[in-house]
Amino acid sequence: MPFIPHTPDDIAAMLATIGVDSIEALFDEIPADLRVGAPALNAIPNALSEMEITRLMQARARTDGQPLCFIGAGAYEHHIPAAVWQIATRGEFYSAYTPYQAEASQGTLQLLYEFQSMMTALTGLDASNASLYDGASALAEAVLMAVRANRQTKSQRVLIPRALHPAYRRTLRAIIEPQGLELVEVDFDPRGGHTPVERLEAAAGSEECAAVVINQPNFFGILEAVDELTDWAHAHKALAIAVVNPVALALLSPPGDWGAKGADIACGEAQPLGMPLSSGGPYAGFLCCKQEYVRQLPGRIVGRTLDLDGKPGFTLTLQAREQHIRRGKATSNICTNQGLLVTAATIHMALLGAEGLERVAANCHANTRRLGELLGAIPGVEPLFERPVFHELALRLPAPTAELLRSLAAEDILGGFDLGPDYPELDPALLVCATEMRTEDELRRYADTLARLIATPVTSSSGQVSQV
Amino acid sequence: MLIQEQSRTGRRATAQAPLHSPEVADIPEGLRRRARPALPEVSEMQAVRHYTRLSQQNFSIDTHFYPLGSCTMKYNPRACNSLAMLPGFLGRHPLAPETHGQGLLACLFDLQEILKAVTGMHAVSLAPSAGAQGEFAGVAMIRAYHRARGDHARTEILVPDAAHGTNPASAVMCGFKVREIPTGSDGDVDLDALRAAVGPQTAGIMLTNPSTVGVFDRNIQAIAQAVHAAGGLLYYDGANLNAILGQVRPGDMGFDVIHMNLHKTFSTPHGGGGPGAGPVGVSKRLEPYLPVPLVAHEDAGYLWLTESDRPESIGRLTAFGGNMGILLRAYIYARLIGREGMGRVAEFATLNANYLLARLQEAGFEAAYPERRASHEFIVTLKREAREFGVNTMDFAKRLLDYGYHAPTTYFPLLVPECLLIEPTETESKEDLDGFVAAMTAIRHEAQETPEQVKGAPHSLPVRRLDDVRAARQLDLAWTPGASEDAHG
Repeated sequence: MPFIPHTPDDIAAMLATIGVDSIEALFDEIPADLRVGAPALNAIPNALSEMEITRLMQARARTDGQPLCFIGAGAYEHHIPAAVWQIATRGEFYSAYTPYQAEASQGTLQLLYEFQSMMTALTGLDASNASLYDGASALAEAVLMAVRANRQTKSQRVLIPRALHPAYRRTLRAIIEPQGLELVEVDFDPRGGHTPVERLEAAAGSEECAAVVINQPNFFGILEAVDELTDWAHAHKALAIAVVNPVALALLSPPGDWGAKGADIACGEAQPLGMPLSSGGPYAGFLCCKQEYVRQLPGRIVGRTLDLDGKPGFTLTLQAREQHIRRGKATSNICTNQGLLVTAATIHMALLGAEGLERVAANCHANTRRLGELLGAIPGVEPLFERPVFHELALRLPAPTAELLRSLAAEDILGGFDLGPDYPELDPALLVCATEMRTEDELRRYADTLARLIATPVTSSSGQVSQV
Repeated sequence: MLIQEQSRTGRRATAQAPLHSPEVADIPEGLRRRARPALPEVSEMQAVRHYTRLSQQNFSIDTHFYPLGSCTMKYNPRACNSLAMLPGFLGRHPLAPETHGQGLLACLFDLQEILKAVTGMHAVSLAPSAGAQGEFAGVAMIRAYHRARGDHARTEILVPDAAHGTNPASAVMCGFKVREIPTGSDGDVDLDALRAAVGPQTAGIMLTNPSTVGVFDRNIQAIAQAVHAAGGLLYYDGANLNAILGQVRPGDMGFDVIHMNLHKTFSTPHGGGGPGAGPVGVSKRLEPYLPVPLVAHEDAGYLWLTESDRPESIGRLTAFGGNMGILLRAYIYARLIGREGMGRVAEFATLNANYLLARLQEAGFEAAYPERRASHEFIVTLKREAREFGVNTMDFAKRLLDYGYHAPTTYFPLLVPECLLIEPTETESKEDLDGFVAAMTAIRHEAQETPEQVKGAPHSLPVRRLDDVRAARQLDLAWTPGASEDAHG
């Protein structure tokens, strides 16, 4: 029996100790008509051996191929040092649970404290939690937190830029809508691609807002004037919520330094810190804030304290915010979060350090800039916006984006993110990214292929998919 | 010592970062960082040694018996990890086209089908990232269902007083008021109180069955009847699904919507606090509201269904639709145990729990519900030990750590005084269970003879008992440069 160690003798002895004559007898309190009949489970296949499942999974993994990736749009292909996952998947990290018994979990607890310290260093804020599910759900928690924490206004309105990831905006709506919060979208400048203060002003109107979401860089890769936006928020009694890429923070001004007073809350996707793309998860959301808001911070938080002998140690703290203590009055329902991913992120940051992360960021930026030069040389391809970017670039195309992407994919090139469906006024347009992983040859291969496809449009039949 | 405290200016794990550092002069100066963040500067070996040593300070399933009630700490097969980490799966971008994802989508589609069959639900979405997010999705679907019918008066969710804290927290996040239903002295929900509580304001009830007190609620059909008759829906918290897997299906009990904790029942790793995966299953009438994305199968192959295909969906819970790597691990586990293995999980989880309970009772420990059959877990109350020896449940829990056992869940559910909620799972052997009984017996003996030994525990771990009050009052949540020396004072 897979993963069940009982011998026939064990079973007999255990049943005798309990005083029943069969395992079936242990289910005698369950109404008989509720017991499932075998046919109901017919859709479940029979067991495979480890060798057989290995064969199946290898075949399926091969099907998905390893195309050349120029998509960013919230998930980035970075080099992950070999040590990161070798250590993160050690059984002592992999198969432990939430460190409720602190003395038996000092490894995880100290690591989480180190993670919190790294995230506060990157964001320039005072406190960090131990993770949320992903960047988008972290933003939803940040918005809920800001509305609770803002003592200057009772407003339930939050301004969010339209130049924020469309999937983040959708996630935000799904999570906060049941609580009756109002989201007001702020349009971007059609030439600059940024979110000017005047647009905030116009979107806010005469009503107060609880918070303003500021995205650096924004979804188009454009660098926002974060100081002005933060100051505007504070001048209008709103909290400033930063949505940031942690790798970009190795180069860019940290949210704690934005404007005169600094952003109040920073959140984002920790995936670029050592997490494989994995089709979208598991990743980890991070959430940091100023000290004054720490009691509104959702999720696990680790604190350093002393043991009976006065020796330093680590423990979960401020648990009175959490669901297992406060139940319906908790800051969030979150319980299990993304501990193992945080383990990877912490090891990743320790290995790279500030200089290593800075090099990763600079190489991504330089590669994307180079890709922009190569693609920009193709007739009809040009940058959509004129403002400076970081590490991601929006391009106008001379032909329908979806068709070009299909043709590129047929040649195992993932050409970018089609901006048309979410921003019809920009169509046909493409968002591209080349991380430090892309070589000059690969950039040229993409540019040459795109140039050929644009020059000789074909009606592609690449919609076919193969099945395993 | 923290990794930050081992840092030396100018030291780096050079091989891990790009060799060159290109100019970024096109980024305006005013938007650039003025000073480098205080991240550690250590060599590769220092980092590897540091985190390997930290790992050794953890208890884990791979190293210790971990009978943490309600958490289903069963063995996590290694093949699930290595196969989910094949390069084709790990390297796939979430926005890659379906043409470059048929292998993944096939696994996810198959997993949806397996979960539907084993729970008796009409449709499944794999999107929620953990149990609590599954709860949120489930309650949001209940809300969407009533609203679609114009039934706006249903503002209340019923939750038994023994429920997990996530239940009321999730209901509140969905905009509902929570009303608690008492648990009867036999461990079942107080049916009279439930009948008195339901009405036109009832949106639904959230139930765990077997419940958090470790017994199967024998009145589940009457509960379902009462709630449905009042126009409410039934939500199944799948935290305890391990107890009934392949034996009883939530769909057959009358539940309209459920979540499953794949990191419990389907053996994906707990990871020191996640990642989990909390798929939701629904009856036919809730199917339109499932969170996106879903995986469909058509002649041309497998494809995602997203917002545009599912206009009534409650929406998207994360940017890219779920913890795919965890779903793959659950799928591999399901294929390794197969159809017959599903029922065996519940059988042997139940056998182990009842055996451990019987042995502990023989040894003189008091069961909280002695008249009842244990499900996959059970509660022992140490109120007698606390009264007679002045040694409480927390002391027992800490002393168990010295004996090499992770403590069971303590002081939950709140309605049983001095309780231990013990869940051995099916993957533990008889010898391991016997060892645990011997440790509990030895600790009780110590409690009687040398109570200070127990009250001062643990003695053999990297730290002794920690000052939680100090942790909360003198908050120290992050290391800052230069603060190392005085932080310990």
